[in-house]
Amino acid sequence: MFRKLMGTAAALTLLATPSLADSIKIGFVTTLTTPAAIIGKDMKDAVDLAVESMGGKMGNLDVEIVYGDDEFNSQKGKQATERLVLSDNVDIVAGYIWSNVLLASAPVVLGADKILISANAGPSPLAGAQCHKNYFNVSWQNDQTPMALGELLNQQGVKSLYLIAPNYAAGQNMVAGVERTFKGTVVGKDMTVWPSQRDWSAELSKVKAAKPEGIFTFYPGPAGPAFIKQYQQAGLEGQVPLYSVYTLDSISLPLFQKAGMETVLGTKMTQFWAPDLDFPQNKKFVADFRAKYGRYPSFYAAQAYDSIFSIKSAVEAVGGDLKNVDGMRAAMRKADFPSVRGPFKMGNNHHPIQNFYERTVVKDADGNWTTAVGRVVLKDHQDPYASQCKMAG
Amino acid sequence: MDYVLLVEQFLNGFQLGIILFLMAAGLTLVFGIMDLVNLAHGSLFMIGAFVGGTLVIVTDSFLLGFLLMIPAMLVIGIAVELVALRTLYPRDHLDHVLATFGLILFFNEATRLTWGPEGLIVPLPAFLDGSVAIGLGITYPVYRLVIIALGLAVAFGLWVLVARTRIGMLIRAGASNRTMAGALGVNIPVLFSIVFGIGAVLAGVAGLIITPITQAAIGMGEDVLILAFVVIVIGGIGSIRGAFIAAILTGVIDTMGRSFLDVFLLLFLPENAAESAGPALSSMLIYVLMAAILFFRPQGLFPPRGAG
Amino acid sequence: MTALRNPANAFTAIVLVLFAIVPFAAPAIGEPFYVIVFARIMVWAIAAVSLNLIMGYGGLISFGHAVYLGIGGYTVGILAFHGINSAWVQWPVAIGLCAAISAVFGAISLRTRGVYFIMITLALAQMIFFLSVSAEYYGSDDGLNIFQRSDFGVPGFSLEDNLTMYYTILALLLGCVFVSWRLVNSRFGAVIRAAKSNNTRVLAVGVSTFRYRLTAFVFAGVMCGIAGLLQANLERFVSPDMMNWPRSGELIFMVVLGGMSTLFGPVTGAFVFLMLSEILAGITIHWHIIFGPFLVLVVLFARGGIAGLLSPRSARE
Repeated sequence: MFRKLMGTAAALTLLATPSLADSIKIGFVTTLTTPAAIIGKDMKDAVDLAVESMGGKMGNLDVEIVYGDDEFNSQKGKQATERLVLSDNVDIVAGYIWSNVLLASAPVVLGADKILISANAGPSPLAGAQCHKNYFNVSWQNDQTPMALGELLNQQGVKSLYLIAPNYAAGQNMVAGVERTFKGTVVGKDMTVWPSQRDWSAELSKVKAAKPEGIFTFYPGPAGPAFIKQYQQAGLEGQVPLYSVYTLDSISLPLFQKAGMETVLGTKMTQFWAPDLDFPQNKKFVADFRAKYGRYPSFYAAQAYDSIFSIKSAVEAVGGDLKNVDGMRAAMRKADFPSVRGPFKMGNNHHPIQNFYERTVVKDADGNWTTAVGRVVLKDHQDPYASQCKMAG
Repeated sequence: MDYVLLVEQFLNGFQLGIILFLMAAGLTLVFGIMDLVNLAHGSLFMIGAFVGGTLVIVTDSFLLGFLLMIPAMLVIGIAVELVALRTLYPRDHLDHVLATFGLILFFNEATRLTWGPEGLIVPLPAFLDGSVAIGLGITYPVYRLVIIALGLAVAFGLWVLVARTRIGMLIRAGASNRTMAGALGVNIPVLFSIVFGIGAVLAGVAGLIITPITQAAIGMGEDVLILAFVVIVIGGIGSIRGAFIAAILTGVIDTMGRSFLDVFLLLFLPENAAESAGPALSSMLIYVLMAAILFFRPQGLFPPRGAG
Repeated sequence: MTALRNPANAFTAIVLVLFAIVPFAAPAIGEPFYVIVFARIMVWAIAAVSLNLIMGYGGLISFGHAVYLGIGGYTVGILAFHGINSAWVQWPVAIGLCAAISAVFGAISLRTRGVYFIMITLALAQMIFFLSVSAEYYGSDDGLNIFQRSDFGVPGFSLEDNLTMYYTILALLLGCVFVSWRLVNSRFGAVIRAAKSNNTRVLAVGVSTFRYRLTAFVFAGVMCGIAGLLQANLERFVSPDMMNWPRSGELIFMVVLGGMSTLFGPVTGAFVFLMLSEILAGITIHWHIIFGPFLVLVVLFARGGIAGLLSPRSARE
C-alpha cells in the first residue's frame, strides 16, 4: 500500500517528462534470504547478466525485472507471487527454485492467465496431470536427471547399487528416477531424515557390509561435503565408486577444493548442462559470468539465463504486443531461442526434450575444480509424465 | 546377522551418544543451577564449530585449534551471559524463551554474514582421516574413535570437576538450594557466569569435534538441541549420570533403528510398505521411547538422589 | 464506547474494522493483493488465539503448536486427494484428529514442567513434521494441491467464492475469540489461570490441575486445527513447512507481541507481526537481522505487548 502511494506520486511527477518507451515487467521469484539464498543469488546474477547482454531490451521494450523473495517457505513464496501478479502487475512470472513454492504459487499466475516459466523446479504434477497451456519449464523434470544416472550406471557396467538419499520429495524423486532405468540390483536403500541427519555412520557401515559395485547419493547444499567426507573416512573411496546428482556443482566444488577433498575428483554425475558444453550461447554465458562475477555459474544460473532469453524470443515473436498471449505461448512452445544447452524441443507438456550428459569432476586449466562433460547418456530424452498431460502440444 | 556390522553400528551409536552427552551435560548444568531456559545453547554448539573450525584452519593444526577453542568459548559464553542473559534471571520462563529465540535468529544471521551461507569445511590431518583395523576383522574410521575417547575424557573430567573440586561443590550447592548457598556467602552471579561458561565450552567441544565429520553449517545446533533435551528427560532432569546413560542409550537405539528397522519390518510387511515405513518409523523411535518413559516413569531413568 | 478511549481497545477496534472492510476497500484503491494478505492474517490470528488459551492464560509455553495447523490442513488435503470434498466429512475428521492427537501429546508433555515441557512439545511436533515429509504418496514436502475447497452442499454458500471464504474466516475468528472469552471467564478458566500463578496451591485445594490443563490443551489443539483447515482452503495447498518449529516460534511471538492473556491480543499481535514482515521485506533483504533483536527488545521492555504499551497506566495490572 505504501509502495502504491509512492508509485502514484512518482507517476504524477513523471507526467511532465516525455512518455517513456513501452516496457515489459517480468516477475522473478527466487530465494533471497535464509542460507538457501546462495542459490537465489546465482539465479539473480544470471538474470541480471542476461538482461545486460541484451542491452536491457527485448524487441523495442525496456526490460524491468521485479524480484520476489520466497524466504524458502511455500506460503511466503505464494504471497510474493501474489504481490507480483496483483500488486506489481507483472506481465510474465518466472523463477522458482523449490517445487513446493511452485506448486503453491502456480495457480495464482495461471489463474490470472499469465505465462509462468519455471527456471528450476520440475515437479511431476505440472508435467503430467496438471500441465497448463501457460506453464513452461526451461530446466528439467525432476525424474530426468536421475534416470540419466541410472542409464550411466548401466553403461558403466555397474551390477549392484546402494542408494542413500534424504527422505524428502527431491530425494525420493532422485531415487525413484534411478530405479526407473537402472538394470542391476539394488542391494540397499536408505532414506535419511532431512535436513537434520548429518551423520551417516550407520548407513555407511551397511554399505561396507553390502559390498555394492557402486553407491548413488544425492545430498544438496552443505550436506554434500559432509556425506563425501564420511564416505572417505569410512574407507569406501577406491572401494565403492561414488555416483551422484546435484551434490557436486559450481557452488559446492570451490568448498571441496578449499578443503582439499580430492576424493571428489573423478566422480561421475549426469546433467543436461555443464559449463564446458560446446555451444556458442553457453561459451558466451560462462565467459561473461566468470568475467563479471569471478566464479563459474551453476546450473541454476544457466537455467535462469535461459528463462530470460526464452521470454525475449516470445516478445520478439509478437513484435512487442504483450496482449498477444497466444502468440507468446506459441513462441515459447517452439523453444526457438539460443539456449546454453544447445538446440532443444519442447514436449507436449511444455517440458524440454533434451540430452543428458555424463559429467566428471576435474581440474580445469587454471587449477579450479569444475566438471567436464563427457558422452551423451540419454539423447533427446522426454520425461515420463508427458503422456499424462492432456495437451496435444 | 553379521557381527562385524553389529559391532560397527554399536560403536556408531556410542559415538553419537557421546556428542549428545556433551550437549546434554551443558544444558543440565545451566538449567539445573540457573533455572535458565536457554534455547540458544544450540547456537553455542554452532559457534564452537565455526570459531573452532576457523582456529583449526588458521593454525593448521587440529590439536592447537581445539585447545584454543576452549578459552575462546569460555570467553564467548561469559560474554553472552553478561550482556544478554543476566537481565533475564528474575524474569519468567516465557521471557527466557523469547529472548533466547531472538538470540538464535541473531547468531544465525551473524554467522551467515561472517562466514557466508555455505558453511565451513574443517579439514583433518591425514593420519586422522582414514580407517583403522581394530581387530576381529573390523575397520572403523579413526576419527570416530578419537571422538569416543575425547568424549569419555571430557565426561571423566566433568565428573571430577563436579564431584571432587571446590567449584563443583559450589555448583552442587547452588543446584540444590540457590538462596541458601547465596546466604552462606557464595557469590552467585560469579558462579552463574562460570557455570554458563562451562556449559558453553561443553557445547563448543561438541560442535567442534563433530565438525570434521558433518561440516559446520548454519542452524546445526537446533536439531542437536532437541535431541539433547530428549536425552535429559529420559535420563532424569538434573542428573549428569542419568544424562550420560540416557545419551548412550539414545545414540545406540537411534543408530540400531536406522540400521536394522527396515530389515525387521521386511519380516512382516511387503517390500514397498517396509521401504517407506522404515525411515519414517526410525526417525520417530527416539520420541516414542521418550514418550513411553514419560508415561511410565516421569522422573526419568536415573533421577538425582533426593529429587522427585 | 468509553472503552474505546483506551488506546489498546481503539487499536483493536481499528484492526477489526479493517478486517471487515478490506475486501471492498482494497480493490477500491487498486490493491486487491491485500485482501489475500488480510485473509492470511486472520487465519494466523485464529491459531494465535488458540495458543493464547494455553500460553497466555495457562502459562504453558507450547513450542509445537503449529503442528495442529498441519493436522487440520492435511486432513482436508488428504481427503480431497482421495476425492472426499464434503465439508461435513472433512471438518469433523480434522477436528476429531486434532482432539485425539492433542490429548495424547498433552498427556505426555504435561508430565514435565518448565523448559522440558517446552522442548517435549517441540519434539512431538517435529515427529509429525518428519512423518509428513516422509509421506511420499501425499507429496512429501512438495505439498498437496487442493483443487476444490470444502463443499458444504448448501446452494448459494460456496467457499469457492473468495468473498465467502474471507468472511467465513472472519466469522470463525470472531467465534473463536468468543469461545476463548467464555472459557477464560468460566470456572474452568479460573482453575487454569490459578494454576499458572501457583500450581501447588491449586493442588492443595484438591483440584487436579493436570486434567484441567489437558482439557485446555485439547481445546487449543482443536481451535488451531480449525485454523489449519481454513488455511488449507484459503491457500488450496498444504505442505509440511506449515507446521515446522519456526512456525510455532512465530505463533509464540504473535501472542506475546499482542499482549498475553488479553482477549484480542493474539489478533492484534498476528496483525502487527505479519504486516511488519511484509513491509520490512519490501525495504531490505536483511530484515531478519533487524527483526530478531526487535522481538527481543519487545520482550525486555514492552511487557504486556501492544496491549500493554497502549493501555493507559491505570488500566494495566
